[in-house]
Amino acid sequence: MNIVVLLKQTPDTESVIRIAGDGRSIETQDIKWIINPYDEFAVEAALRLKEQHGGTVTIVSWGPQRVVESIRTALAMGADKGMLIDDEALEESDSLGIAKVLAAAVQELNPDIVLCGHRAVDYDHNQRGPMVAELLGWPHLPLAVSLECDGTTVKIERPVEGGKMVVESSLPAVVTMGGSHAVWNPRYASLPGIMKARKKPLDVKKLADLGLNPEECGSGAAKIRLVSLEMPPERKPGRIINGDLDTEGKAKELVRALREEAKVI
Amino acid sequence: MAESVCIVAEYRDGAFRKVSYEIASEGRRIADTLGLKLYGIAIGSGVSDKVQELAKYGVEKVLVADDPAFEHYIAETYVPAVAEMLQQCDPAVVLLPASMNGKDLSARLAARLETGLAQDSTEISVEDGKIKAKRPLFGGKCLGWYEWADGALVMISCRPNVMSMLEPDESKQAEVVKVDVSVPEARSKVVSVDMDTSGKIELTEADIIVSGGRGMKGPENFAMLEELAGLLGAAVGASRAAVDAGWRPHSDQVGQTGKVVTPNLYIAVGISGAIQHLAGMGSSKYIVAVNKDPDAPIFSKADYGVVEDLFKFIPVFTEEVRRLKSSE
Ligand SMILES: Cc1cc2nc3c(=O)[nH]c(=O)nc-3n(C[C@H](O)[C@H](O)[C@H](O)COP(=O)(O)OP(=O)(O)OC[C@H]3O[C@@H](n4cnc5c(N)ncnc54)[C@H](O)[C@@H]3O)c2cc1C
Ligand SMILES: Cc1cc2nc3c(=O)[nH]c(=O)nc-3n(C[C@H](O)[C@H](O)[C@H](O)COP(=O)(O)OP(=O)(O)OC[C@H]3O[C@@H](n4cnc5c(N)ncnc54)[C@H](O)[C@@H]3O)c2cc1C
Repeated sequence: MNIVVLLKQTPDTESVIRIAGDGRSIETQDIKWIINPYDEFAVEAALRLKEQHGGTVTIVSWGPQRVVESIRTALAMGADKGMLIDDEALEESDSLGIAKVLAAAVQELNPDIVLCGHRAVDYDHNQRGPMVAELLGWPHLPLAVSLECDGTTVKIERPVEGGKMVVESSLPAVVTMGGSHAVWNPRYASLPGIMKARKKPLDVKKLADLGLNPEECGSGAAKIRLVSLEMPPERKPGRIINGDLDTEGKAKELVRALREEAKVI
Repeated sequence: MAESVCIVAEYRDGAFRKVSYEIASEGRRIADTLGLKLYGIAIGSGVSDKVQELAKYGVEKVLVADDPAFEHYIAETYVPAVAEMLQQCDPAVVLLPASMNGKDLSARLAARLETGLAQDSTEISVEDGKIKAKRPLFGGKCLGWYEWADGALVMISCRPNVMSMLEPDESKQAEVVKVDVSVPEARSKVVSVDMDTSGKIELTEADIIVSGGRGMKGPENFAMLEELAGLLGAAVGASRAAVDAGWRPHSDQVGQTGKVVTPNLYIAVGISGAIQHLAGMGSSKYIVAVNKDPDAPIFSKADYGVVEDLFKFIPVFTEEVRRLKSSE
């Protein structure tokens, strides 16, 4: 099987986020970068498919040079090759612009299946996967918490508010990954894996290499723009229920506070 | 000049999801500010019977696609149908629910309509006729304001439980237009559905959530939280530690790699308050923390903190809540 994973590099979830001087981007100098957790699940699912069916796993990412490290991590986990799209013309693109780029990369690679996170934990747009599928005219199955594939169809289980369902599609198709670490349990890169990853092919491409021009996917094409960032309002300082009270006293006081002050129970 | 603000309601299992009324209410406010009509799109199997529910929240006209093919959400069938109906509404602004299906539909629809989408927004402002949408980024560590290019269709999906609902006006009636949309051949399909019928409340829609973490010590002890939740009409959530340990299903996980929730009251029991957990519940209206460690970071976010052994405190607290509820 020819499998493509769309992978985004995101700040470590532990990162402290500070707004940069321009008021609309974040300070990046102290940030540790990781693979978006849901994309790590996608790499894991892709590797399991490869173990079952053979084939190749290609990691595709748009981003600056620092993304090479994340692609190498995925290669060390067991993926076969990488493609980084690094082009300044994309710096102020919107989600659809980037989706066009990713769709063009997918077209060039002509895979049976594309796996990607249902969202990236930084800008949290929740859009790339379905957008890429729409641009390709492919079906997509969202929020996978399991994945079975026999080479011609793919079947996943997905949650929906209040329950779950099983959906399937013929290939080619896009699957976006849901679930959690407990569901996918992504593997770590092994030491031999890390050694091998250094020699695996990693193409760096410009827009023109994908037959695209900035007018269709660069800042000029953007329909939506992030204009400013702000910090969330500080929460009002809370209080610790009087430590001198016994357990029953604290329970009574909490019930009273929730009923009379907060009015939420 | 466009004609309307348009909402895409979410209909499942015989009813509109509550978030549909939230976006209708928000849509009403925006339409009034912009001097536009408020239209609704209702799609589903059997949805015709329920369309007047939307009128109560200010929707003036509802376009309805009622077809067995729309029994379940499948992007391949819903997206072209909703796009076709939107075209008949001439909207300047489209509001959708940021539910699981809503987010998925919104994204694919934005690509089809070639526009920008502000997904999972928590606030919408209108200044001089221009719309801005605010959404949490980086797990709520900061907030971003988004604007659209001139002439672009404004698409916004709204986080459930955030936009305030209008008082329903039972006297209102909406004009209903049945639309014969073509149902495209789909390569994807629903194989089976397994809805929880135990009356369990969905985390993202719950007014009150009681969550347990590693401090719960084992799966059996969650019965205690279930009991408390039952009295409060609350949903039960969990930290990643409790999910990773196999004590709770992954669908209960709250946090940056779990569900993002915005209840009126979030009670964190035996949860330390890691940054990834706070990302999921930090914008709850009121937060209560029960933890035996007075230095647990969760206390810095809590409106009310209780420093106690949870195994001692929760049963006593539950009895107090029971007393309160039975006195009503
Ligand atoms: C001033 C400014 C600076 C910005 N700087 C950056 C920046 O440095 N880096 C950055 O990424 N964004 C940056 N953005 C945001 C950028 O324009 C996009 O909005 C953002 O990347 C969308 O990603 P998401 O995480 O919201 O995607 P989602 O739609 O949430 O992602 C869903 C899935 O799509 C796939 N995917 C998403 N993005 C990529 C990608 N780049 N390559 C491959 N697969 C992908 C992944 O599988 C991911 O799990 C910046 C925006 C502004 C305004
Ligand atoms: C990429 C990534 C993504 C993540 N995503 C998430 C996520 O989505 N959601 C999430 O929750 N976490 C997430 N985490 C994990 C997070 O970092 C923490 O490890 C996790 O939240 C800890 O869970 P906890 O608070 O239950 O456990 P702990 O941190 O172990 O805290 C247990 C608490 O219980 C208290 N306690 C123990 N016994 C008692 C008692 N008898 N009475 C009262 N209090 C008691 C202790 O004092 C302690 O504060 C993520 C981590 C990473 C790296």
